[in-house]
Amino acid sequence: MASTVINQVVGRQADSLTGESQWPLWEVFTQSEQGAPHEHAGSLHAVDAEQALQNARDVYARRGGVISLWVIPSGAITASSPSESGPFFDPGADKAYRHPQFYKVPRGVRGV
Amino acid sequence: MTSPAPSIVPAPPPKPNALFEYLQRLGDDRLILGHRLSEWCGHAPILEEDIALANVALDLLGQATILLRMAGEVEGRGRNEDALAYFREAVEFRNCQLAELPTGDFGFTIARQFLFDVYDVVLLDALTKSTNAELAAIAGKSLKEARYHVRHSGEWMLKLGDGTDESHRRVQAALDELWRYTPELFAVDEIDDELAANGVVPDLAALKPAWESLVREVFDRATLTTPNDVPRPPRARGGRTGAHTEHLGHLLAEMQIVARSHPGAAW
Repeated sequence: MASTVINQVVGRQADSLTGESQWPLWEVFTQSEQGAPHEHAGSLHAVDAEQALQNARDVYARRGGVISLWVIPSGAITASSPSESGPFFDPGADKAYRHPQFYKVPRGVRGV
Repeated sequence: MTSPAPSIVPAPPPKPNALFEYLQRLGDDRLILGHRLSEWCGHAPILEEDIALANVALDLLGQATILLRMAGEVEGRGRNEDALAYFREAVEFRNCQLAELPTGDFGFTIARQFLFDVYDVVLLDALTKSTNAELAAIAGKSLKEARYHVRHSGEWMLKLGDGTDESHRRVQAALDELWRYTPELFAVDEIDDELAANGVVPDLAALKPAWESLVREVFDRATLTTPNDVPRPPRARGGRTGAHTEHLGHLLAEMQIVARSHPGAAW
């Protein structure tokens, strides 16, 4: 009898430790002005897309400065693996021709 | 020449300033309900919802601030929004009783909020057409916030009503308890009549069908049962004339103690 109770309690703790009791995770992207990119703002928990949007509004947009929000299930993101970072990102710093540094940026051009 | 005999009939109490009364009703609904919502701060079921409820509470507090400020100006006795919020007694508050009921469980909080949010949208929408330009402007600003509030509480009604057996049972029980407080939202008295005659405020009773069809639509989608109507309440109202449940006094004791202990304090 007592062991059943303990198992239930332990089971519940294990659930919360492994995140099984949590709502699904969503990634939030905010846009600050027309034409600007949506930038990753953070993540949150929600049971569905509408709730994710509402929570994103309250958590990341309540102090203004946001005109558009995207929410994406975290699981839908395919990410590069840290172990591949060498082959993926070693930039060839020795290949100067990869960088567009031979152009003069005209005056008045912003956002570069 | 004889002077007329002094009357033994006491002079009637001075006629209340209708707009002052009405602005207190609008402001106090939001002040008291906002305070109730703020009680969830740090206690909501999940962090995101904690922030969402605090956010709605702050919206309501902001609306209460401008409405009570305007009320103080209309009254013309030098009382500002803080004086009205912190230095009136319970009998002077004009909020509906729905707003002052204790927080209850999450289902109760959401059900109460939903009933009020739909009312708020319907009422504010009508108030944007007020012949009082200042009131119309306040209503327009508040309406934007109220439209979001109802989206939030409406979504929760669907989730709780059409969720688990427990969530359905809890939110239905909350509705059954709350329903009898809703007629007060649409009850009118001479204050409303006077202001409605001048187009300052809408005819509250005429707004009820719109409110009722909106809430019933959500009840249906949420598989909730609309509670049975209570008999039409008498014209004399409860909260609108200062008759409150015992709960308001406890709320005010907590809300007002700092301002009363340190009058004039600023930070």
